[in-house]
Amino acid sequence: MSRNRTARVAVLGSSVQRSAPPKHSSRTNPALKRRVVLGVLVLASLVLVTLYFREPEGGSLHAARSAGSAVLKPFQVAADRVVQPFRDGWEYVTGLVSAKDELKRAREENRVLRQEATQFKFAFEQSRELERLLDYVRSPAFPEDYEYIAAPVTAYPPSQFEQRLVIGAGENHGIRENDPVVNEEGLVGRVTEVTADTAQVTLLTDEKMAVGARDLDSDAVGIVRHGSAGQDALVLDLVEKRYAVEVGDRIVTSGTRSASLDSPFPRGIPIGTVTFVGQSDTDPYKQIQISPDVDFGSLHSLLVLIPKGAPR
Amino acid sequence: MTRALDALKVGVLVFGAAVLQASIVGAFDVGGGRPDLLLVTVVAVALVGGTTTGAATGFFAGLVFDVATFETLGVTSLLLTLAGYWIGRYGETTGRGRTHAPLLSVFVMTIAYAVAGYVFHTILGDTVSAAVALGSALPAAIAGNLLLTLPVFALVRRLLAGPERVEGLREVRLLG
Repeated sequence: MSRNRTARVAVLGSSVQRSAPPKHSSRTNPALKRRVVLGVLVLASLVLVTLYFREPEGGSLHAARSAGSAVLKPFQVAADRVVQPFRDGWEYVTGLVSAKDELKRAREENRVLRQEATQFKFAFEQSRELERLLDYVRSPAFPEDYEYIAAPVTAYPPSQFEQRLVIGAGENHGIRENDPVVNEEGLVGRVTEVTADTAQVTLLTDEKMAVGARDLDSDAVGIVRHGSAGQDALVLDLVEKRYAVEVGDRIVTSGTRSASLDSPFPRGIPIGTVTFVGQSDTDPYKQIQISPDVDFGSLHSLLVLIPKGAPR
Repeated sequence: MTRALDALKVGVLVFGAAVLQASIVGAFDVGGGRPDLLLVTVVAVALVGGTTTGAATGFFAGLVFDVATFETLGVTSLLLTLAGYWIGRYGETTGRGRTHAPLLSVFVMTIAYAVAGYVFHTILGDTVSAAVALGSALPAAIAGNLLLTLPVFALVRRLLAGPERVEGLREVRLLG
């Protein structure tokens, strides 16, 4: 077969006369060329990496890079300014997509944080109240012959007509009926009903409550009852006119027993302060009003007093 | 003259792509991943221009990018040189002329580039999370790169005067 045939370059589509074969085959040169180029470039890259790592911060490659960066910076700034509106638009759109989820997550976080904040606040208040009770127990004002059981209030009076509440300790803790109940401010009431783990406390402001009391200043004795002037108002009844009771006198439990009153309360527990003193010709006793020391609207933790050595 | 003009065009194109990648495209975080305009550009140039053009473009592109981003000089150059060479070879042999070649090239090269980048940076002692680099960020990067592929490829083919002019093509067909 003749070697002198026409050939056509596939791409260009033009006829050419096939030339005599070169010294190397037609496939060797391009393959060699591209391998050499690849080798040189890879080697150059590796040399760059190596030199860059080995030279100190102020080396020539670092300096060259800094110079190159300075040259590129104007282009980067220009590109950034041109694209900024589009980027803002993109961020706005992506922000809208994620905004709903983020809002939901933020609300959930907010709810949990609010719950925790409320719990912390409650725990803090409880801790402060227990601290105050402990201070009272350790003070000389605490009656000597009594032990105490601290209990939280678990149920408050359901209406203004009820002057009873429930505490979270009962018979299993040693509480019995008629045990006095106090807090650091003074006399709160007494236990009127007991279950295994809870007890009902009737407050001093209940109409059925009556407590033997004494005026620390005039030494007058009487009975403290619920008054008619207001929900928390008390009166000191059965005080003879010969006693010089005055506004501002301190009233405490007398701790005495009498035919009409079997006082279960220890002596000297604060009850309140005299706010009004009056008398009339027709009444053999003074009319005395008392403002109680205890804030009956904010009772959270109470102390039940138990006589030392009493069988339980 | 034509070669010099093509080289100039490719240089400007790659320079622009490197600047855009460094200052703009890299900031578009979609689903944890970022599109790589520079890689797509190098792949497109290599597919149209062949191995030598692809490798040289990759080297130059990497160098500009490393300078612009204050990265270690030579790292991106090495990775993009290999990427340009490989895709250029694919274009010279079987890929060029096939409609799916650009998308397939970018898809494969995005994965290979991520793996090679992870390995190389790990060797250099950089702290790279495999779970992020090869896991969560990769699908988004692939999607972003595929979105860029067709417009970038069309631009490159237009700049380099069509796919017919092929560097290094010396194959002949005997007619009789």
